[in-house]
Amino acid sequence: MTSAVAQQLWCVATLLGTTVLAIATSRSRRSTAIVYGATLAISLIALSRCLPVLVAGGNATELVLPVGLPWLGAHFRLDALAAFFLAVVNLGGAAASLYGLGYGSHETAPHRVLPFFPAFLAGMNLVVLADDAFTFLLCWEFMSLASWALVMAHHREADNARAGYVYLVMASFGTLALLLAFGLLSGAGGGYGFATMRAAQHSPSEAGLVLALMLLGAGSKAGLAPLHVWLPLAHPAAPSHVSALMSGVMTKVAIYGFIRVVFDLLGPPNWSSAVVVLVLGSATAVLGILSALMEKDLKRLLAYSTIENIGVIFASLGLALAFQANGLGLAAALAFTAALFHILNHSFFKSLLFFGAGAVLSSTGQRNIETLGGLIHRMPLTSFAFLVGCVAISALPPFNGFASEWLVFQAILQSPDLPQWGLKVMVPAVGASLALAAALAAACFVKAFGITFLGRARSPVAEAAGEVDRCSLAAMFALAVLCFLAGILPGLVIDVLSPVAQALLGHRMPVQASDPWLSIVPIEESRSSYNGLLVFVFITATASLAVYFIHRFASHAIRRGPAWGCGFTDPTPAAQYSGVSFVQPIRRVFGTLVFQAREHVEMPPPGDLRPARLKVEMHDPVWEGLYAPVSGAVWFLADRLNQLQFLTIRRYLSLVFATLVTLLLVLAIWS
Amino acid sequence: MPNLAFDIAHLLAGSLVLVSFMMLYQDRLYALLNVFALHAVVLACSVAWQAYIQNAPHLYVTAVIALVFKAVIIPVALHRIIKQLGIHRDIETAVGIGLTMLAGMGLVALSMVLMLRVTGTADPLAREDLAFALSVVLLGLLVMVTRRNAVSQVVGFMSLENGLVLAATGAKGMPLVVEISVAFSILIAFIVIGVFLFRIRERFDTVDVGALDEFRGERR
Repeated sequence: MTSAVAQQLWCVATLLGTTVLAIATSRSRRSTAIVYGATLAISLIALSRCLPVLVAGGNATELVLPVGLPWLGAHFRLDALAAFFLAVVNLGGAAASLYGLGYGSHETAPHRVLPFFPAFLAGMNLVVLADDAFTFLLCWEFMSLASWALVMAHHREADNARAGYVYLVMASFGTLALLLAFGLLSGAGGGYGFATMRAAQHSPSEAGLVLALMLLGAGSKAGLAPLHVWLPLAHPAAPSHVSALMSGVMTKVAIYGFIRVVFDLLGPPNWSSAVVVLVLGSATAVLGILSALMEKDLKRLLAYSTIENIGVIFASLGLALAFQANGLGLAAALAFTAALFHILNHSFFKSLLFFGAGAVLSSTGQRNIETLGGLIHRMPLTSFAFLVGCVAISALPPFNGFASEWLVFQAILQSPDLPQWGLKVMVPAVGASLALAAALAAACFVKAFGITFLGRARSPVAEAAGEVDRCSLAAMFALAVLCFLAGILPGLVIDVLSPVAQALLGHRMPVQASDPWLSIVPIEESRSSYNGLLVFVFITATASLAVYFIHRFASHAIRRGPAWGCGFTDPTPAAQYSGVSFVQPIRRVFGTLVFQAREHVEMPPPGDLRPARLKVEMHDPVWEGLYAPVSGAVWFLADRLNQLQFLTIRRYLSLVFATLVTLLLVLAIWS
Repeated sequence: MPNLAFDIAHLLAGSLVLVSFMMLYQDRLYALLNVFALHAVVLACSVAWQAYIQNAPHLYVTAVIALVFKAVIIPVALHRIIKQLGIHRDIETAVGIGLTMLAGMGLVALSMVLMLRVTGTADPLAREDLAFALSVVLLGLLVMVTRRNAVSQVVGFMSLENGLVLAATGAKGMPLVVEISVAFSILIAFIVIGVFLFRIRERFDTVDVGALDEFRGERR
């Protein structure tokens, strides 16, 4: 019987073999079915092998392969944390593969997608399994490059090349930060194994620097503001099932890196570091969801919403750091479990929503929601699944999004126990901004669902749309069922996640399975409890009753009134409520401050028959405030240095000579 | 006797630097080649003396290589090239002689200050040798930088290499294989450069490297 980690590595090896197979059969018509079938099977096997490790807890298993650096080898380790993230990765991988079985047949260039898809899955699995800095960075880069290749799959489409370029630059920057962080962690001794880093003592200044570098490195991959700019460009550019993987899973792998280093390797945290994480997390959440609200492109909207959820997760992790630094183990376990729960939930509903967006895209060829509408009549099943995803991500009961966000807020309510006044004041403010983000998220998904699926079709393609194939629907409904189950049975999920918190923080949430009627009690019965099943039963019962009463009594009664135009007072679909008009109030309230949104009315002069136009002008504060100056400086320097390309031979010689003499002079003066 | 050995080694290495200085102010090509041949002869003497005092017979081979290749074959070949190219009457005026000499003195001072301080714990003979060798290298680079004619740049490069050989022999225990391979690589470099000289000449009707820059449309 091989150990659990060896089984996972065999799965990864099979995935890499599938890559080779995909290259070999890329011209064949059946290769789509073969590759996605293989990845589906492998992901399910890997999932079934890592779940026992997570549920049973048990000891970490390790394995050293004789590859990589000669004196180090490649270390792999499977503990509770890795098992949880492996479950997230492989669940997302299985869902995306199932969806790909149907969606992949619409692919115009399958040979650009198929080889990289299993490689991408393998990369994410390897990052989670790695147990030394070298292997971790190598696998991290492998994952980045595989996903970059997938982003560039449709490289001839407008903006995709730019998206790939920005992604590559940000990924390199992030890896550089990670490299420095691991360099600091390994110290002068150069112990690159995670075990030696865990055992080593780190001074407070060093720990602070490592935390900052991890926020840069893992944060840029996860989409933490202000390093998120690549994410809304790159995630939508990939094929939809890959977008789902990137948004739902790869950002979680980045969070895994953050958790592994900050909670596991770095030793006991400092409360001031928690402040940074809290501020960044809540700012990311609000900025992400505001950007999502302003967006017209369905996939970009989803990508921005990912940024919001990452912000929520980071804020929750910051809370865990704050509680842990003050020895409040139970509250730290609560915040940490909430973060893990939200990671799991987000991978469910974000994958589901991206699948829905992909279904709309493959059926209509449109990503712009202003050209859609009325799809609920043409794609009833897709729209139902999408609705489930929207309700879940808007944190409405009885779905899973509510359960995890409720836990986050329960953790925030523990903040009066914190001794530092700075945290006491700040955590409620963070809670307020997370509440704002949650409310805006609900508005955002009302817009996304309402404009896309309700109303009347705004374009001929939306009119002619049809339902998608069975595999895609199966993937969406599987995720919808998971969203529902995790929502009404949160206690089971919390109990499964508890060993992870126990291993990293030394504390765990109380066992929920013993509570009556499947309710969850984060701290104690007298303070708060939630029962998803009861809420579901209540919602179902009251809704059924209301429907029954309306149909039984109100619909049959005779009423007299003015003739009703069925809501269609204007004959053209263009006169419907649009996405832009839906968010106008929010844009006026928040956008004026955050995006410097300005509205101009262009009124034609009298006698001119053109219509008046309302133009909205918006600025991306992060891009214009941070990235544009940096890129401008780089261009300026590059322009200056460009002249070095065209010197005479003697000038080059003189340059070399002058450099040599200068270095010698420095040496002469210095030593 | 040890003192005498040290003094003679010192004298020979110092004369190498002196000959390097002589190279700096030669503005005619034939004269420059003659000085270069002298440079190689002094180098050969210095290496032979090192072979004697270190009791290392393989250094005699190095000395012979220096004498045969650098003092005879290369200068003679360059003579022929200059005659074939018909540039033996050319006079170079890249940078003023006074300025070049001043820069050369500065470089020698720099290498002395640096080397004597850095190699504080080394054998005094090796220290002096290294300081002189660095001076010769820097002066060779200065020749390359201040000259405009491709032939004199080649000569500068070769004298730079002489400095390297001086440093190598001063430090004890340099294997013969390394020296022979260095000598051959220099020879190959010389052949390649010679071929290039003719190609440049064929195309541009001059070996003034300034013509290359003009061809590329650059201002000097």
